Amino acid sequence: MSDRPADWTKGTEAIFYQSCGACGAVQYFARSFCAVCGAPDPAAKRASGNGKIYATSLVCRAATPETRAHVPYNMVLVDAAEGFRMMAHGDNDLAIGDEVTASYRPFAGRLVPYFEKVK
Amino acid sequence: MSFITGVGLTSYGKHEGSSSLDLMSKAAELAIADAGLKRSEIDGILCGYSTVLPHIMLATVFAEHFGIQPSYAHAVQVGGATGLAMTMLAHHLADAGVAKHILVVGGENRLTGQSRDASIQALAQVGHPDYEVTLGPTIPAYYGLVASRYMHEYGVTQEDLAEFAVLMRAHALTHPGAQFHEPITVADVMASKPVAMPLKLLDCCPVSDGGAAFVVSREPTGASRIRVRGCAQAHTHQHITAAPALSELGAEIAIAKAKAAAGVAISDVRYAAVYDSFTITLAMLLEDLGLAGRGEAAARVRAGHFSRDGAMPLNTHGGLLSYGHCGVGGAMAHLVETHLQMAERAGARQVRDASLALLHGDGGVLSSHVSMFLERVR
Repeated sequence: MSDRPADWTKGTEAIFYQSCGACGAVQYFARSFCAVCGAPDPAAKRASGNGKIYATSLVCRAATPETRAHVPYNMVLVDAAEGFRMMAHGDNDLAIGDEVTASYRPFAGRLVPYFEKVK
Repeated sequence: MSFITGVGLTSYGKHEGSSSLDLMSKAAELAIADAGLKRSEIDGILCGYSTVLPHIMLATVFAEHFGIQPSYAHAVQVGGATGLAMTMLAHHLADAGVAKHILVVGGENRLTGQSRDASIQALAQVGHPDYEVTLGPTIPAYYGLVASRYMHEYGVTQEDLAEFAVLMRAHALTHPGAQFHEPITVADVMASKPVAMPLKLLDCCPVSDGGAAFVVSREPTGASRIRVRGCAQAHTHQHITAAPALSELGAEIAIAKAKAAAGVAISDVRYAAVYDSFTITLAMLLEDLGLAGRGEAAARVRAGHFSRDGAMPLNTHGGLLSYGHCGVGGAMAHLVETHLQMAERAGARQVRDASLALLHGDGGVLSSHVSMFLERVR
């Protein structure tokens, strides 16, 4: 994970993904190789933050004091425009298929991607 | 060839003051006695894990505690699929002659040994540490995400899912060892507290204390001859973010391979034991396995198809949803109940014909799958 760029998981307002120069596959979880073909050093690319809602779940029961302060919060799976899928937070009224764009919000002492419907 | 020669199961719920090793020991003792064996005849041990008692060598910790010096022993960890994965391994070990009588055991004081928050938090760690767990998900949230998509694609409603909770509770009412003894209705499920929508409290299995065990042997040791006819696994992903499309999940891959290995068709199956951590898990797996058409499982529940006296009796002990879920032992209770049904020892819960059974387990977030066929040999 040493080559993971400064993205939201490190507190920076950005979503990164990787693109394989050999086979063209994209992946969201950063690694030093392509999980499809095994080629080394996939290129880190910054995502647009645009995508479509794949799934949602409004969390009403959290398991830690830090997260409990935020309930209810909406967990979403977003299919990014660049072809990878990611987990994030979003507006509580998001529906599957909604076109969304990312912003960032504080959550339980961290920064997390937060998706809102494109107006 | 291998046979399940003995089974043991504790009640599920609160076992105040019992440790994980106590619960494992209790179930193991029952299973060994049921097989008509002595402890000294057990030469293999497979055990699961305990979130209350994390250990890098749980099988030998248990073996020493229980008083066995096996020639083969180790733990297996595949989340909720652990029980059936151990059974599959025991089957192959017995078949290969590595051991004669293998004790498969799981048990945990998950309810009274730690706080409910600690249990929920421990289980949430199946998520990706950087890209998922940081977002504050819970196991119900992972499955809530799956549920929202499944409902969207196949027109399943929350009322449909509630039917599975009601069915499992109805079955649990007939088992004295079950955690829950009060009947529930679809309205009760719908009115229960939201946990991770669309899943509500009664869509979720409880946290329990309990233990389950069985003995897998090369040859039958008693009158009931229940053999492993065939089994298979599939592992498509670990994290829900990396899961394939709903139509490409592991249950369909595992069942296809298990059918080929066993040489049986779904139409041959007389009894079903299917993992039911949440109502959506059970609905999806029944449809993935071919025990109901897409989006049709709930209608089959309403029609009595999966009831004790229906065409395909399902989890007649009450499943994880109502018998209870103590971790590894949780889904092992499904196999214990299946064995009792197949041996015609299920008493008031006995079904007409359980001569061929299909069992299916799921670990992670539909990540790891084991399908297995058991057959009664006359």
